[in-house]
Parts: sequence; structure tokens; C-alpha cells
Amino acid sequence: MCGIAGLIYKNGATAIGEDMTRMLQSLKHRGPDSTGYALYRPPAEDWVMHVKLADVNAERDFEFDQRIARNRGEVRRRLERAGAEVLEVQDTTPHAMTVRFSYDGDDLKLLADRIEDIHGAEVLSLGHQLEIVKDIGDAQTVASEYGLQGFTGTHGIGHVRMATESDVDISGAHPYWAYPFSDVAVVHNGQLTNYHQWRRRLERSGHRFQSECDSEIIAVYLAERMDAGDSLEDAMHRSLEDLDGVFTYLAVTSDALGMAKDELAAKPLVLYEGEDVVALASEEIAIRAVVDREIETYDPYESEVMVWQR
Amino acid sequence: MATVDADGRATRMDARGLVELNDTVPHVSEIVDGRATFDAHDLTTRQVNLELRSLIYDQGIRDITVLNPRARHSLGVGILARCRIRFEGSIGYFACGLIDGPEVHITGRVGWSACENMMSGVVVIDGNAGSLTGAAIRGGDLVVKGRVGARTGIDQKGGTIIVCGDAGANTGFMMQRGRQIILGNAGPGLGDSMYDGTIYVGGTVKSLGIDCVPGEWTDADTELIERKFRIYGLGTPPELQKFVCGKKLYNYDTLEPSERRIVL
Repeated sequence: MCGIAGLIYKNGATAIGEDMTRMLQSLKHRGPDSTGYALYRPPAEDWVMHVKLADVNAERDFEFDQRIARNRGEVRRRLERAGAEVLEVQDTTPHAMTVRFSYDGDDLKLLADRIEDIHGAEVLSLGHQLEIVKDIGDAQTVASEYGLQGFTGTHGIGHVRMATESDVDISGAHPYWAYPFSDVAVVHNGQLTNYHQWRRRLERSGHRFQSECDSEIIAVYLAERMDAGDSLEDAMHRSLEDLDGVFTYLAVTSDALGMAKDELAAKPLVLYEGEDVVALASEEIAIRAVVDREIETYDPYESEVMVWQR
Repeated sequence: MATVDADGRATRMDARGLVELNDTVPHVSEIVDGRATFDAHDLTTRQVNLELRSLIYDQGIRDITVLNPRARHSLGVGILARCRIRFEGSIGYFACGLIDGPEVHITGRVGWSACENMMSGVVVIDGNAGSLTGAAIRGGDLVVKGRVGARTGIDQKGGTIIVCGDAGANTGFMMQRGRQIILGNAGPGLGDSMYDGTIYVGGTVKSLGIDCVPGEWTDADTELIERKFRIYGLGTPPELQKFVCGKKLYNYDTLEPSERRIVL
């Protein structure tokens, strides 16, 4: 089933971590398996990278703890060897870490590939603003594990997952970062039926896929279109033709948030446009978790694409 | 998983927190001249429904106002008595589903599957409604003053659905009986695979679904439209187009479309 939520504040940064947690917690009944956040901090010069060092289902052998500890150091070493200056390392959970670094180069793919070459490691997000946090459990569990209560930012999306297409683990959890393009993320509710076709096409043009989850291709598809010169809105319009199946998805970049719905309008989305905030969610109850008063909301129609700029 | 409450009684609890505990009737209503009002702000969904049932069935109250429903799901479901209920605000999914008899007025918006399986009664919604509005209703009138999502009146088996705004894709999908009056525009696939029943549309129709065809207007149609508009104070009816089932799908054949061209 899955639940998705999006929030964009038009006037500066707010406590988006806390707001998104409230939204996702009220959608828990739509997906209790895992919860994920893609939040955007205010623009900064440095880069921030979220890395998963092992998945929840990874084999726990005798050397597991030592290997994770070794790999933490390895992430740092490999970044430095690629020419980055590591500014801050946070060991968020026993199996994940966040690195803030400065980097003058422009080859993000090389950077990500070097990290992902470490056994079991996956780059969850990489960007000047984007921070993706995802783990199994409900919104409150994930938010407290990763300390999201204090996160201030301008916009973000979130996802609660009921696993249908792949395993219950972190690599199957949303949101998906559009490897290797910075600051693009996607959450999706639905099933894509031409997943394998698109995965093969995108793999041929050099992209890597970390999961078996169909939603991962949307992020890469959009980022590739935008890299070819499309705007986010154009890329999303084109996706309605190219993607097959039932879907409602939200896509975010560093300055925009968009929604797209398939031609059957099979998956729900409720929209609220206020003066200073736009909130979207699978159910109105999630919007009411951050805007607790009677509000004017509606369901966008089939084949609709909407994009809000910050 | 069983836990023990403050009085030492074992209570049932779902490990994922998906099931509400067995609540008791909260008895929070103010009753004046046979009319009850209560605030649902701090009540759980189950408590709101228990309070409604207690007022209607145990205390015989026939006029109830619920304040602050806060867009929660499944409020006012399964009420099987003639009564009047007013929700001051929005409700989530499955609003007033499985009802038989009540006259309900919702001043806000409703989510998906509002009034699904309604047997009889009247539901008036002032705001917009989500998809699957009036799914499988068998009787009664459902009036939405705003717009509705996709698949309105899917599997409808009776009753009347009136939508003052636009309607989304596959409106009247597989409907079997009853009427729909859409005053705004209708999305693609109107009346797709309908068996019977009538759909009236005031605005434009993006496309007709399979086996949905324009119908012939009769005096009975004019009478129905005027009567419904009069009852719900909707003003003068606009000019409407009528759509019915083409009955081409009634008989099954095993030919592919290309073969059919050659044989028939």
C-alpha cells in the first residue's frame, strides 16, 4: 500500500524533520515496514553524504563489528584519496554514517562508486542540501535513531513502506537518491510494470541500481532526463508516457517539489496549498498532522503533474 | 501481545500499534432538547463511533452534531437507523460507509470511498471528495458540492450520486443500476463497462468508456433532475447529456477484434 508525504515551505527553513515525522507517523497504518526521509537543509558550500554500511538482513558473522568499524575508516580514507576534505563524520547508527566534506571536483559518480566499492556500503544520498535517512521501523523510531527532531530545512518528502515488490530492508526503503546526480530524490506509491525494461536501459547508459525495488528507476530516470536538459516538470510529464503501471510519486530537487499521477489515478494523493506551505500526502490525516485546522484540500486528477518552486 | 492496564486487566494490543484497544463509550455529549453535540478532538475513531451508536441506539437521540472530526477515517460507519448526523469538518476514508437510514451532513471534505455500500439515507458533503465516492451504493442520495476523484460510483447498484463539480477518470465504472448526475466535466473512460443505470453530465466528457453510449432523453429524466435539484436546493438544472449502457458486452464471443471484422 505505502504512504507518501511531501512538504515545501515557501518562506525559509523550519523544523521540517519534526513536521515530516508527524506526517509519516500518522500514515503508519499504510506501511509499518520501513520509513524514509529526504530532507533539504539550507544551501551550503560543503557536501553531505549518507552512507549505509550494512543492511538489516546482512549476515552477522563473528567479524561483523570489526568489519563495520574498519569500513567506517575506509569511507573516510577513500574520500580523502579522491580529493575531498572531510569536515565531520557522524556515526548515526551502528550500520550507518553521515559525512560532511568539501570537494572541488565534479565527478560525483567516481566519488560514489569508490565508496560503494566497499563491501556492503551504499550511498543513500549525496548533495549540497539533500539528506536521505531511511531504516526499518516507524517514523518516530527512525527519527529518534537518526536525530531528525532538530533538522531544519526548507522542503522534504517522506515514505512509509509496506513491502510488496522486494524485501523488507534498507535498500528496499524509499526515498531513492538519483545516483549519481546530486540533490534529486523520489518517493513512490505503486507498482511499475516495465521496471526490468527501464532498468536494463538505464544500466546500459552506466547507472547502478542498489535494490530490487521498482521505484529506484524513477529517480534515475528523472535525473537522467534533467541532465539531458529537461526541467523537472518536463521530465515528469515525459515519465507519464514512459513508465507503465500504477503510480503516484513525488520528486524533489534542491529548489522544487513535484507530484505525478498515472492515467488511472489508481493511487491516492491529497493536496493542500496554503499561503506559506504546500503539503501533499496519501491521506488528509497526514496533512492535518502539521496544519491542524479545517483546510481546503483536493485530490489531483489522473495524468496530472504539478511542480512547486521554492 | 497482551499487556496489563492500570486496573490489572489484560488488554489486547497489536505489536505494530494498528489496532485500537477495546474502548468503552466515552459519554461526552451535551444533550439539549433531544439534540446531542460532542467534540471528537481528543477521541479515537472507535470512541467517536461508540458514542454515536450509544446516542442513537441506547438513548434514542435522533439529532447529533460531531465537532472536530479532524479528517479521521471510518467515522459514522454502520449506522442503521433514521437519524440526523452533522459532522463539522472533514472526514478521511470510508466516511459513513455501510449506513442504512441516516441523513448526514459533512461540512468539510471526505477522503476515498465515502458512503461505500450505503443502503439508504442521504449524505450531503459540502467540500470535495476523493476517489471511489459512493462505491457499490445500493440506495439513498449522495450529494457532493465540490469535485470528486476517480471511479465515482464504481459498482453502483442503486441510489443517486450528484456531483456539483468535476469528476475524474472511469466515473461510473461497472455500475449496475442507479443514477449519477455530474454537473461539471467528466474524465476519461466515463461509464466504462457499465451494465445498466444512467449517467448525466453537465460539462464536457473527456472520453466514453467501453460500451457507454449517449442515451435518449425522456420526460422521466427531466422529472428526476428537477426533483433532485429542488430537494437539495441546487438551483436551475443546466443542460445535461445522458449516457447509458450500449449492452454490447452483454453477450460474450471469443473473437478477437480483428477476427470480428472479417466474420461479422
